[in-house]
Amino acid sequence: MDINIQFREEGNLLLGLIEGEIDTFTAPILREELEKIELSNEISVELDLSKVSYMDSTGLGVFVAFYKRATKEDVNLKLVNLSTRLTRLFEITGLSELMDIERGGIGHASI
Amino acid sequence: MRAFDYIEIRVPAKPQYVGVIRLTVSGLASRVGFSYDQIEDLKIAVSEAVTNVVQHAYDSYDDGEIVIGHALYDHKIEVMVSDYGNGFNFEEIKAQIGPYQEEENVEFLREGGLGLYLMETLMDEVRVNNNEGGVTVFMTKYVTREQVIDDVKTIIT
Repeated sequence: MDINIQFREEGNLLLGLIEGEIDTFTAPILREELEKIELSNEISVELDLSKVSYMDSTGLGVFVAFYKRATKEDVNLKLVNLSTRLTRLFEITGLSELMDIERGGIGHASI
Repeated sequence: MRAFDYIEIRVPAKPQYVGVIRLTVSGLASRVGFSYDQIEDLKIAVSEAVTNVVQHAYDSYDDGEIVIGHALYDHKIEVMVSDYGNGFNFEEIKAQIGPYQEEENVEFLREGGLGLYLMETLMDEVRVNNNEGGVTVFMTKYVTREQVIDDVKTIIT
């Protein structure tokens, strides 16, 4: 039960690939990694969640916090490649209406 | 004979054991015959209840324990999550939680408070007992459709 996040830059787009389970044990690690990102209105951020195999409300809290910071800094934030399960979690909590999320191709990952 | 099998586990109220509880619930739920999606729902609901205890019940000391009891029936599972820490007022908390609304101001978005909402959404029944010295959450989930359709077929043939 681990979490791993890797970043790469493509021009002014920052891509983050998150891998693992996001729960109360791993959420603080993810939160810290996201807090380290320097945001400026010249960049856009895309977080790829295709490798997230489990997520609950503690994970949602981390993304909400990061989304708030991004909005404040005028940065475009998009969560991409969400599994069917993850998409459902964002939908039932109403977050899909507020945040920019994009479903992935195959919904094999579980939340 | 009892109508159900009962399995109880007890873990320290520490974040690293929430994933262990999830594995347990997942294994037990598949014995009952839940679908993949239902098992994933159960995993989240139970994790939320256990996380609640880990985060709130034992603020000042770290030797607290969580007891998780599972009653396995033919077509349903009952999960009980119990702590011996601080209680919380279910109705009061319930009034402050729920899904986000479209018109909410991003600046003031809550970063928590979805746990109880998710438990209620993902389970069929949720009850919270505030008893002396602790809180117990009871949750029930029924095996749905696929299983029921199988039963109907059996009756027809």
